[in-house]
Amino acid sequence: MTDTAKPADWTKPSAMAIPKQGYFEPQQGRYGPTFPKTPANYGFTIIAKIKPGREATIREYGKTIESAVASLPDCLAVLKLHYLRWVLFDIGKETYFMYQGIFDTDFDKYTEDAIALFTSLGVNTVFENLEGFPEDWKTNAPAFIKFVREHQRPSFLEYGEYPFVSAEEIKKALRLKAAFSDMLDQMQ
Amino acid sequence: MNSTDQRATLEFDDIQHILLTRAPALTGRYEFLRFRTAAAGREWLARMLDTVQSAQAASETLDAHKRWVSVAFTWNGLRALGVDETSLASFPEEFRQGMAARAEMLGDTGSNHPEHWLGGLASPDLHAIVILFARDAAERDRCRTMHDEVVAGCEGMEVLSTLDLEATPPFDYAHDHFGYRDRMSQPVMEGSGEIPTPGSGAPLKAGEFILGYPDENGPPERLPQPDALARNGSFLAYRRLEEHVGAFREFLRQNGATPEEQELVAAKLMGRWRSGAPLVLAPDRDDPALAADAERNNDFSYAKADPHGYAVPLGSHIRRMNPRDTGANMNRRRMIRRGATYGPALPEGSPDDGAERGIAAFVICASLVRQFEFAQNVWVNDKNFHELGNERDPIIGNQDGTLEFKIPKRPIRKKITGLPAFTTVRGGAYFFLPGLRGLRYLAALGGDGKDDRHG
Repeated sequence: MTDTAKPADWTKPSAMAIPKQGYFEPQQGRYGPTFPKTPANYGFTIIAKIKPGREATIREYGKTIESAVASLPDCLAVLKLHYLRWVLFDIGKETYFMYQGIFDTDFDKYTEDAIALFTSLGVNTVFENLEGFPEDWKTNAPAFIKFVREHQRPSFLEYGEYPFVSAEEIKKALRLKAAFSDMLDQMQ
Repeated sequence: MNSTDQRATLEFDDIQHILLTRAPALTGRYEFLRFRTAAAGREWLARMLDTVQSAQAASETLDAHKRWVSVAFTWNGLRALGVDETSLASFPEEFRQGMAARAEMLGDTGSNHPEHWLGGLASPDLHAIVILFARDAAERDRCRTMHDEVVAGCEGMEVLSTLDLEATPPFDYAHDHFGYRDRMSQPVMEGSGEIPTPGSGAPLKAGEFILGYPDENGPPERLPQPDALARNGSFLAYRRLEEHVGAFREFLRQNGATPEEQELVAAKLMGRWRSGAPLVLAPDRDDPALAADAERNNDFSYAKADPHGYAVPLGSHIRRMNPRDTGANMNRRRMIRRGATYGPALPEGSPDDGAERGIAAFVICASLVRQFEFAQNVWVNDKNFHELGNERDPIIGNQDGTLEFKIPKRPIRKKITGLPAFTTVRGGAYFFLPGLRGLRYLAALGGDGKDDRHG
């Protein structure tokens, strides 16, 4: 079981070097070893070759996500994300897609929820433009998860300026700040 | 997949009754079995076939009957019966591994670890379970004697262990040894004819619980093979959970100055008063009339009614086991629960007598990894569920005395530190529960004279 309750001091920036396999001691998850929480929280970096000629199609999905979130701002809430970064880059004549996510929950825990979400938003099919992606992924969670795990490139260093702080805690702090600010206004 | 897989009409005459009916039993018994040879296992199964009722037979004879029998197998048990390797490999990974192998992820560590389990449940020699629910102790004894004779008549059959079930008094409603009313919230299957009580959600596709039917995601996919074995089957996650009643009552005394305060602490741990009345609807005082009214006692949600947990703490048992409108993808996480209490009741006011007592229950679902294991790994044992930071389920979570339980309260929450373990896992296993046709398929294996030397 992943320890998600590390005593954290957000005032002390922290860095963590991670062994090559991506974890320190193997901790059993439902679909294999889980990756540890670091000062930069949980996350993954999936790098996969795209099918020839699909670059424009993949770029279009950027727009799809943009409008999905614009029309339904909490549509990705289940993923407990901080940030997503999607990058396309070339190696030789081939183009690769990098999907990097920073989030607050161990990916192993909410995998099926993520798949259901991708399906419901219709943004999922970006993956179908990647080589080796299982065609039956919508109904075959284990195959989807296997693909993700096989293409995950674990970090060997992660750093957090405010380590281990969740997105929800950050939003709480900002809400509190806004509430105080409002209170001070009312006192004038 | 063939076109018959699309049928949504439940085959009541093939589905084992435990999936769809709740027998009016006050006692029962589980026997955990080993097949020393494939022939012994098949002979035993052949003799048991007539006692295993379908859902249809059970519901038609519920009033007249005094006992209800179910039979299920571990993956090792299927192999011991002579199921071929292709078929064995078609079963899901988590079932092939078995519950004990997945202990770390399930939170079965420390005193819950399989090395401490009783009755040979962590052993690869565990091959099958026969589940008996009986109307009374006399009927249980009669059935036990009959089963002893069946086992004795099949050379190579071994009973690894047994567990007698006893309802705890008072018998007017089902409750555990801590006194919490049970069976408050169960999902209902489409086509079962049952009508969900208000708050229990719409009926779910049968494929969430029974193999071979469409589930909430569409047509059935990747079923174990062959169809004759898998169709109308299901998976059971068995848990034998000892309840430390003395420790629980002492905890209430330490955390509540008056009986009323103690009742409130008990309610906060569960999310319902021990009567069953939900805290969302009865936040300040118990309401036994509400508790007993099935039209009202499950009719609540959290997102709007109690977002911060002032009524039901975010980490309480029922808020974890069924987050309702605060969980994602809930229709794919539901489970059917069956089972009973075991061990002698500990009278109120009596010191703990050291006897083992608890709940011996089954979670029934179509996918152990997606349903049971998710609940256990994420809802029960994720310390950071709902951003709680340092908590696990206060009733069934893995507690080692270092965790806490927070009770939101205005102006300042109450934080209980060093929460003790009120329960210990004393055993568990994954079983496959075939339909009646599947049972006959297994009993007839090897009829072609092939190798019988399994086990």
